[in-house]
Amino acid sequence: MEYAIELENVRFAYHDGRPALRGVNLRIAPGEKVALVGPNGAGKSTLLLHLNGILAGQGRVRILGQEVNGANLGWIRAQVGLVFQDPDDQLFSPTVFEDVAFGPLHMGLPEAEVRERVAWALAQVGMDVFADRISHHLSQGEKKRVAIATVLAMKPEVLALDEPTAGLDPRARRGLLRLLARLPQTMLVATHDMRLVAELFPRTVVLDAGQVVADGPTGHLLADEALLEAHGLESPYLSPERREVLLKMS
Amino acid sequence: MHIHLLDQYHTGRSSVHRLDARVKLLLTLAFILVTSLTPAGAWLAYLGLTLLALGVILAAGLPPLLVQRRALVALPFALAALTVLFTTEGRPLFTLSLGAWHLTASQPGLIRFLSILLKSWLSVQGAILLAATTPFPTLVVAMRALRLPRLLVSIIAFMGRYLFVLADEALRLHRAREARSAVIGPGSGGSITWRARVTGGMVGNLFLRSVERSERIYNAMLARGYRGELRTLSPPRLRPADGVLGLLFVALLALIALLGW
Repeated sequence: MEYAIELENVRFAYHDGRPALRGVNLRIAPGEKVALVGPNGAGKSTLLLHLNGILAGQGRVRILGQEVNGANLGWIRAQVGLVFQDPDDQLFSPTVFEDVAFGPLHMGLPEAEVRERVAWALAQVGMDVFADRISHHLSQGEKKRVAIATVLAMKPEVLALDEPTAGLDPRARRGLLRLLARLPQTMLVATHDMRLVAELFPRTVVLDAGQVVADGPTGHLLADEALLEAHGLESPYLSPERREVLLKMS
Repeated sequence: MHIHLLDQYHTGRSSVHRLDARVKLLLTLAFILVTSLTPAGAWLAYLGLTLLALGVILAAGLPPLLVQRRALVALPFALAALTVLFTTEGRPLFTLSLGAWHLTASQPGLIRFLSILLKSWLSVQGAILLAATTPFPTLVVAMRALRLPRLLVSIIAFMGRYLFVLADEALRLHRAREARSAVIGPGSGGSITWRARVTGGMVGNLFLRSVERSERIYNAMLARGYRGELRTLSPPRLRPADGVLGLLFVALLALIALLGW
């Protein structure tokens, strides 16, 4: 069967020789929502950057059956929507409208369709009234949503998000959660937010020091205290002792 | 993710590395001055200067081809002197016709132009040598010690500190753009005017962010007691060896200068 994302023995080292990925194998079926967790420096961002060919190392990366190589990057980037960790990096145009329109415009779509897609993408993230605002004067949560809109406007099959809830207040976070739950695309989301993982992703992959150390049902992994401890993670649930202490305090 | 901007400084323990930064700065300036003032066509002097630079490169333990190749970055700017080729009086060499214009290159013009190219190349080599053998913070301290204006030194110090930050940010913006540059058919890519406008917007964006970042940095400095002067520690005392090497270099330069005139 054709996988949406397939990584075969992917290795990557930085310019200075530091290994970032040491043989990653991963297969994600179309429509699956997978969380990618691990400590800082595990290689999560590096892995995501391989999905649309921004970084390329050894091993094979396939998106929807097509191998990611120099020749088909144009097509790959229409299929993979990558949302970076820092929305400031994603928003490089003067206004929100122009940022969201960049992708469709580059694809060569007719103007009427570009406008339609921008309106639709902004509506999806609840930012329709922000079309004429200056991108970098928005709040963190607003910027994150616009960043997602910039990618949605291209109607990709696969969404790769890097720490989408980092820096968001609870309200913005819940809004983002609801949005992600609605979207039909295949998703691979790198995150530290274990509650997000528990609420949204049936499957979790644990990455540490450039290797996949666990890959399975979320419930399973989150119950494994030793695993969480060993790889710089924590359970989203409060321990019974802590809960008792909190209750006693009030 | 960091941009792999080649850090100019090459670690080493050679005599050139250990030479006092103030002396090095002054010697570099003297080298550039002599190079610029050497008359056009003084090929022996140019040879002398090239050998002098090469000598320092080897003494510092740097790969000579690397320094000389990097110095070629000056050449596009030196091409501004191309007009000299056509405006100097003298024996005509060849003529270029551009529509109604006829440009005649002269032999003295060619000599002058080649001299300018060589001089730019040599001067930049001097600057590269200085940067390669002196860590940037040491250079800043040396500048202050040589009584360069406080404001100028602060600007240079901050530029050195934040150039890499800006380069990283520019790289990330570029990546974000690449990630959304999809090609699905023959119509993809956008016109060149559109692409140019997007690039212009990105540059403006980067500028605005830098200005806002500078505000935040200023606040951080104020919070730590900054009141307008960047204080640095004093440089170590001048050693006799520094003086000797300095004088030796100046003597060689003077010799070459005499050759030139």
